[in-house]
Amino acid sequence: MLIHAVLIIAVAVIAFPVIYALITSTLTFQQAYSYPPRLIPGNQFWQNIVSAWHRANFGRLFFNSTLISLVVALVKIILSLLAAFAYTHFKFRGRSLLFPMTMVTQMLPLPVRILPTYQLMASFHWINSYYALMFPFFASTTGILLFRQFFMTVPRDLSDAARVDGTSPMRYFLQILVPISKTNIAALFVIEFIFIWSQYLWPLIVTTTADMRVVQIGLKMLLASEQIAPEWNVIMAGTIIAMFPPLVVLILFRKSFAEGIAMQSEK
Amino acid sequence: MPEDRFPGHRFLPYLLILPSVAIIVIFLVVPFIQSVRESFYTSTAFGTKTIFVGLRNYARLFASSDYRQSIIITLIFASFVVVVGLSVSLAIAHLLNQRIRGRGFYQVALIWTYALSPAVAGTIWALMFAPATGIVPYIVNRLTDGYVLNWMTNGRLALLVVSAAATWKMLGYNIVFFLAGLQNVPGELLEAARVDGAGGWRTFWKITFPMLSPTTTFLLFVNMLYSVFQVFGLIDIMTRGGPGNATNILVYKLYRDAFIHLDSGSASAQSFIIFVIISIAAVVQLRFATRKAVYAR
Repeated sequence: MLIHAVLIIAVAVIAFPVIYALITSTLTFQQAYSYPPRLIPGNQFWQNIVSAWHRANFGRLFFNSTLISLVVALVKIILSLLAAFAYTHFKFRGRSLLFPMTMVTQMLPLPVRILPTYQLMASFHWINSYYALMFPFFASTTGILLFRQFFMTVPRDLSDAARVDGTSPMRYFLQILVPISKTNIAALFVIEFIFIWSQYLWPLIVTTTADMRVVQIGLKMLLASEQIAPEWNVIMAGTIIAMFPPLVVLILFRKSFAEGIAMQSEK
Repeated sequence: MPEDRFPGHRFLPYLLILPSVAIIVIFLVVPFIQSVRESFYTSTAFGTKTIFVGLRNYARLFASSDYRQSIIITLIFASFVVVVGLSVSLAIAHLLNQRIRGRGFYQVALIWTYALSPAVAGTIWALMFAPATGIVPYIVNRLTDGYVLNWMTNGRLALLVVSAAATWKMLGYNIVFFLAGLQNVPGELLEAARVDGAGGWRTFWKITFPMLSPTTTFLLFVNMLYSVFQVFGLIDIMTRGGPGNATNILVYKLYRDAFIHLDSGSASAQSFIIFVIISIAAVVQLRFATRKAVYAR
C-alpha cells in the first residue's frame, strides 16, 4: 500500500509539468495570466495550436525536423549494422585497434570540436543545408555497441550453415542477421529519433534562414518573439507540437524499446 | 570473443566498416585535432591572420574569474543532475521492482518523459516558475505567507531551478534503465540473503547495488554527458546563462565565445578543457565501476 502511495506521488510529480503545460495550452491569454493560476482546462486548444503553428512557421520546421530525424536514424542504423557485422563475423588486421578507437569517439561530442566542424561545413558550402544538419550525426557508437552485443550472441551454427550452403556473407547478413535484429533495430530507432529530434545547439549555429530551422529552435523563436508578457498559452501549444512526434515514436515502439534496453543491460 | 565466421573474405570487413570510420574520421577525429591545434593560436580581428600564442589562451581562461566560476557552476549543476537524478530514479525503480500490481501501468506512466527534449523541458519549467504568474511561485507565496520567488533575479535560485528541470527530464530514462538492470539481478541470490537473515536494506546495499554496477556506470556516464553538453537547449531557453553569469555553464560560455564574441582561440581552448574534464570523470567512473564489479563476485 505504501509502495503504491509513493509510486503514485512519483508519477504525479513527474507528469505534473506536462499536464500543466497541456492545461495552459487550452487557455486564453487572459486565463493564462489569472491569479491564482488556473488548473481547469479551457477550450482554446486548437486556436492556440493554429496560432503557434503560424507564428513560428511550424509547418516547415516540422517537416525539417521529421526529415532530418528519420534520415539520420535510418542511416545510423544501417552504418552501425554493417560495422557491427564486420566486428563480430570477421577477423581482419586492425580490428582490435579500430573497435576501441570507435568507442573512444563517444568522448567527442559536438562541443569539443565545434569550431572546426562548423568551418568544415563552411568549406563544403553546407551552411544552412540539410547536409550540415545530417552528416555530422551519421556515425553511431551506441548503435555499433548495441548490435555488436547482440550479434555475438547469435549461434555460430547459423553462419556456419549459411557458409556450407554457399550463401555469401552479405546474403546471410541481409536475410538472416538483419531480420533477427528487428527488436534492436526498433530500440535504436527510438533512441536515435529522439536524440536527433532534440538537437538544439548544432541547428542553431548551422542554419541561417527561417525555412531551414528545426522545431526546437521554433520554440526559442516563439519565446523570443514576446516582448513584455509571454503568451504562455500559445508557447505551450508550441511545446505540445514539439513533443508530439518523439512521443508517438516512443509509444509505437514501446515494446521493442523496453526489450532492447533489457537486452543491453544484460551484458 | 568475436570470431572469423567467414574466412577468406579479406576486403569485405574493411568495406563494411568504411562508412562508419569515414564519418568518424572526417566529422569527429579531424575536427577535434584541429580544435586542439587552434587552441594554441589566436586570430586577428577579421580572421585574416593567425598567430601562434602557445598556452596563452589557456592562461587567459584560468586567469579569468568568469571562467573559473563557469567551471564551478558546471560542477555543481552536473553533480546535482547526476546524484539527485540517479538516487531518485534508483529509489523509484527499486519500488517498481517489488512484486506489485499495476507495474505495467507505472512503467508506461514513468517512461514517457524520455521523449521530451531539453528545450521542451526548459520551456515548461519556465512556465511553472514564471515570476508572478507561475504555479510554483504562487504555491511558495501561499505556503510562506508572502515570499516572492523570482529566479530571474536570484542567481542561486536560478541555478537550482535549471538543475531541477534538467534532472526531471532524465528521470524517465534513468528509471527505465535501472529497472531493466534490477530485473537482471538473480532472484536466488536475494532469496539466499533473506534466508541468511539479511534485512531489505542490507540486501539492497550488499547484493543488489553491486550487481547493478554496469547499469549504474552506464547511467553515470550518460547523465554526465547530458548535464555537460545536452542541456544547452534548456539553458538557452530558460536563462541564457543568467542572471549575471549564475547559470553560465561551460558549454554555454563556449557557444557565446565561439559564435557571438568570435574568439576562436579561447573557444578552442575551452573545447579542450571540457574534453579533459569529461575524460577525467569517465576514467574515475570506470575505476569505480570495475572495483565494485569485483566485489560483486
